[in-house]
Amino acid sequence: MSLIISQNLYRVYNATAVPVNALNGVNLKIEEGEFTAIVGPSGSGKTTLLNILGGLDSPSGGTLEIAGNDISKLNGNQLIDFRLKNIGFVFQAYNLIPVLSARENVEFIMLLQGWEKKEREDRAVQLLEEVGLKERIHNKPSELSGGQQQRVAVARALASRPRFVLADEPTANLDSNSTNNLLDIMSMLNKEEKMTFIFSTHDQRVIDRARRVITLEDGQIKSDIIK
Amino acid sequence: MITKIAWKNIWRNKLRSSVLIFSISLGIWAGLFLMSMTTGLNTQRISNAIHSGLAHVQIHHPEYIKENNPKYFINDTTKIYKSLKNTKHVVSWSAHSNYTGMAASPTGGFGVQITGINPKREQNTTIISKRITQGSYFKSEKKNQVVIGEKLAKKLKVQLNNKIVLTIQDTANNIISGSFKIVGIFKTASSRFDESSVFVNRKDIEMLTGNNALINEIIVIADDIENVMAITHSLLISNPKIKVRTWDEISPELGYANELMTIGLSVFILIIILAMSFGIINTMLMAVLERKRELGMLLSVGMNKQKVFSMILGETLFISLIGGPSGIIGAWLTIIHFSKKGIDLSSMGKGLDSLGIGSVIYTKLDYSMYFIIAIIVILTAVLASVYPSLRALRMNPAEVVRQN
Repeated sequence: MSLIISQNLYRVYNATAVPVNALNGVNLKIEEGEFTAIVGPSGSGKTTLLNILGGLDSPSGGTLEIAGNDISKLNGNQLIDFRLKNIGFVFQAYNLIPVLSARENVEFIMLLQGWEKKEREDRAVQLLEEVGLKERIHNKPSELSGGQQQRVAVARALASRPRFVLADEPTANLDSNSTNNLLDIMSMLNKEEKMTFIFSTHDQRVIDRARRVITLEDGQIKSDIIK
Repeated sequence: MITKIAWKNIWRNKLRSSVLIFSISLGIWAGLFLMSMTTGLNTQRISNAIHSGLAHVQIHHPEYIKENNPKYFINDTTKIYKSLKNTKHVVSWSAHSNYTGMAASPTGGFGVQITGINPKREQNTTIISKRITQGSYFKSEKKNQVVIGEKLAKKLKVQLNNKIVLTIQDTANNIISGSFKIVGIFKTASSRFDESSVFVNRKDIEMLTGNNALINEIIVIADDIENVMAITHSLLISNPKIKVRTWDEISPELGYANELMTIGLSVFILIIILAMSFGIINTMLMAVLERKRELGMLLSVGMNKQKVFSMILGETLFISLIGGPSGIIGAWLTIIHFSKKGIDLSSMGKGLDSLGIGSVIYTKLDYSMYFIIAIIVILTAVLASVYPSLRALRMNPAEVVRQN
């Protein structure tokens, strides 16, 4: 069974006098363990699609099933709970909590899920080791480089054992070395832990590493290439 | 961890949080201190009036109050003295023979209230004997001694050991005069009292009028102002024919001042609380708007709205729980200090004297006020955090998470 199934997905914005079709009938299936990049020019609907897949926005039409749940039927609190249990997020600007250490940032999601303290600490340390930040677990975000912060963000996204990770332009603020390092880690987690990654990106280096590239244009899938 | 984040969040901008904490602290300190000053001032005013002769309770013939005529005297003083002796909470009492009359010196004459007293009993009942600035308080047994207020002495242009003529109207409406030697000059907190009060020995009044001095007033001092009603009831039960009045019945303006003070203080506290709440709202709103992206992230990853609300509420409470108690403790220490040492306002002493307060104010505040203010501060913090929290909860996480 597919992890994500969208059928005839629409998203219309009525903020102006002229309605804008950000998504225009998107049909999409994503299987578990995929390493997928969603690409396209600005305004093509990448962000809207990612928001809807992440339960941060609701479709205007069509259906969206994630892990067997029709998320268009969930209310606000159910959506928050659904995101907490099923989706890991990696943001372009890292968005770590500045007053917490790297370990505490990773622990935070598990705390929201109600994990025990010892379990939280152990898993946070283990994940930070996996992303190569064993020595930096007590550092605050301001004491880490951009690449290191994004690796903490990846560890945080994985902490709650989500069904998949949505990464919104995760390499946009990183230099080449940090980008390659981050992609190596995500690729390793994808292969070894079978974690599903879905990126929205403009970055050719990410597109090159993705095993599936979905290209959006004017809110529609223009191409869907599985390498 | 949410508590920990809330605590750490308030120290992100140390200067801003410190300024807010200091403002809360200062506002509360100022509010409590002013309350203590006003309470102290009013308590002193009442106390001065009570111990200068108003007393907690006054006993009269019922008609005396209407006409102020000495012919309405208290009939059975022995029975009343016995009742007073047996009444709980009575500390002391003194019987007065009151006459409205004239005090005259070679330079002029003024209308005064002449009070015939038993000096020994009066000493235990009023503070006049302790306010003697020149001479003494009926120390010798000599006849025709008088103790007058400093202001009256100035008006009459007389000094210690000078003689003045006191003129009274007796119960038969005869005008009687007598020459009295000034043995003591007093100065109380009330200049009005000092210019209109004259004290003589009751025996001398008897000599002047040729009959036993008639008692038309008994003043009673209670152990506590709260027990005044109990004394009044007890006296009325055993002596139904007399008129017993409490200090606030006799001088209602003192009670009105108390009420006025309460209203004034309530308005002042309300202003402080409003200023404090706007300060909190402003600061917390800034803190929320500065952290839009972070709050968007928290909402995105699954932190529910109740937890986001709790976090912002926690931040507000922490700020208030530092500022509030430090203001309260600071105020408590200041109030304790000035309750012993007093605040010297002699530069405006004349104005205070005319109000019957005295130039040194001793701060005073009931402990319940500290508790009430602490509760108000916490409630204000909770209410002030609602708007910033709602602003945070209304954010669209998908939008704010991408904002720079």
